[in-house]
Amino acid sequence: MKNLIKLIYFIFLSIILFSQCLLAEDKKQLLTNNWSFKGYFGKFDRSALQRGYQVYAEVCASCHSMKYLSYRNLAEKGGPEFSKDQAKAIASNFEVTDGPNDDGDMFTRQAKLSDKFVQPYRNDKEAIASNGGAYPPDMSVLVKARKGGADYIYSVLLGYEDPPSGTTLDDGVYYNKFIYGNNIKMPKPLMDGQVEYNDGTEATEEQMAKDVVTFLAWSAEPHLEARHKIGFRAIIYLIIITILVYFSMKKIWSRVESEI
Amino acid sequence: MSDHNYVPSSKLGKWFNDRLPLLSLSAHLREYPTPKNLNYWWTFGGILTFCLITQIITGIILGMHYVAHVDFAFDSVEHIMRDVNYGWLIRYVHANGASMFFLAVYIHIFRALYYGSYKSPREIIWIIGMIIYLLMMMTAFMGYVLPWGQMSFWGATVITSLFSAIPMFGESVTNWLWGGFAVGNPTLTRFFSLHYLLPFLILGLVILHIWALHVPGNNNPIGIELKKPSKDTVPFHPYIVIKDLFALLLFLIVFAFFVFYSPNILGHSDNYIEANPMITPAHIVPEWYLLPFYAILRSVPDKLLGVVAMFASIFILVILPWLDTSKIRSAIFRPIYKQLYWILVLDVIILGYMGAMPAEGTYLLIARLATTYYFVHFLIILPILGKKEKTLPVPPSITEPVLADAPNPQMFKKQEE
Repeated sequence: MKNLIKLIYFIFLSIILFSQCLLAEDKKQLLTNNWSFKGYFGKFDRSALQRGYQVYAEVCASCHSMKYLSYRNLAEKGGPEFSKDQAKAIASNFEVTDGPNDDGDMFTRQAKLSDKFVQPYRNDKEAIASNGGAYPPDMSVLVKARKGGADYIYSVLLGYEDPPSGTTLDDGVYYNKFIYGNNIKMPKPLMDGQVEYNDGTEATEEQMAKDVVTFLAWSAEPHLEARHKIGFRAIIYLIIITILVYFSMKKIWSRVESEI
Repeated sequence: MSDHNYVPSSKLGKWFNDRLPLLSLSAHLREYPTPKNLNYWWTFGGILTFCLITQIITGIILGMHYVAHVDFAFDSVEHIMRDVNYGWLIRYVHANGASMFFLAVYIHIFRALYYGSYKSPREIIWIIGMIIYLLMMMTAFMGYVLPWGQMSFWGATVITSLFSAIPMFGESVTNWLWGGFAVGNPTLTRFFSLHYLLPFLILGLVILHIWALHVPGNNNPIGIELKKPSKDTVPFHPYIVIKDLFALLLFLIVFAFFVFYSPNILGHSDNYIEANPMITPAHIVPEWYLLPFYAILRSVPDKLLGVVAMFASIFILVILPWLDTSKIRSAIFRPIYKQLYWILVLDVIILGYMGAMPAEGTYLLIARLATTYYFVHFLIILPILGKKEKTLPVPPSITEPVLADAPNPQMFKKQEE
């Protein structure tokens, strides 16, 4: 029994140690928000996701691609859950090149649910050339690709400031408190009232940042809700079976005069 | 051994067993006499077998959807995460499974160090184990390259460049490994091929590892030879089976916690950026389980000597049975070794921590001291200590105390806590 306690103690200590070591690396005070998707039962806020898509489509999408998302994802469970018709309507706003047709010609058509998000540039070179030499990263997995995740993206969006006196910035470079090196080539993207939300929510800078980050968190981890749900069940199941096995082990070992 | 006279009860069973004695083998595995005082540190062998099988099964499924090509590898991983049914689950189990595998193997190795399981007559078990460990590191490293993220690419570049330190042939060896003049598509495809192959070699070696174990039988916490079977042993089934199962389930709870609630915590965020040979990440760090060796590599100022030191730190473990001269196996009866053991554990943890830090200033100094101590422990302290140390009296069996009126060894352990 004593060994058992030691073992469990060790397991938990190691978890804490692991997470501490790895989490506590970056101590720069990032801005945070009460993300609904954090925690053991975390779920996305449906309306925040829908508003977030609107911010992405109206603000970010002019430079940032999301090449791993398809329009059908917008109507899938665990995501923004637009209705199928809404998602179809969204897709129909875009044109994609398809083909070759039977005559061997490429043609353009309206996007369908099965199409990937249309990208703003033909290729990376064009993206860089159109943005003053800076590559606007694809945003599909951006939240997972940055240390600090959702908090970091949120902080950068709200971290624009006038540079401290004495710092001179080159043309087309902006000062941001949270970006590595404090210099960013993306101009401040969000201004109060920049989008007009369909659901009447007031489009403050913070609100838009929160919504778009929620949307990006979903796009980086589209199965997060399923993961949390299955995880909870799996762990409960494991705990129950562990307890059962523990008692059968006790029973079996009671035949032997020894400690387990 | 008792199972040699095993006779199947059915006629068909007997006919089959005479031609292929699988039933005898199964009987042997069930009856295999195991010391009854094994503690929970001994359950990691079973846990490791489980880890290997899990990695192989999830890996085969991932291999059905993965595309080993520099233009498609990253996309195909995202495809697995998004579009393959439960692909996210399989990939997270595989990725975190690697970490869990190493967590378990480190506990398994350090258990062997504490209880002297590597000593005669178990040297071959130990050496096979070390080869498995080496193959595990190679497999894990190549697996980390496959998603073709930034850390994959740059980790591969750093590690394969180590071979350029070889005098004379360095450059040609690295070019040969790469299949070109830099890490590229040929590197990725061969890594995929080898990453698929090596686990099956590991599986074969695991079978040899267990076979070699079944010749002398398990070591045990007090490290004495037991008469088998006797009052001191229990049959493997059901006693050890149920205990291993219980420990495995506890382990699985931890595993599930990582998979479902922090699946990316043990990875590096840069690996969600597609590999780009034109942009070097600020810090290139290997996965956590390779950090101690990375620290040793970097603490030596000379590249070649650094590589030599890194490989030596593993090779030294292979010859450990001959470096440790003590006849007593278990640290329970070696008061000084026991202290030094914990210092070594601490030393390796420090090395791991330093491996994650930039190699400069105080970090580098600490890493150098820790590296030195690592080698001193194995090369100087252990050979001398074995000859000089005053060990405690060892009991003749698990059930019998050392002397008629002395407390039994189980009591010893309790007093020390």
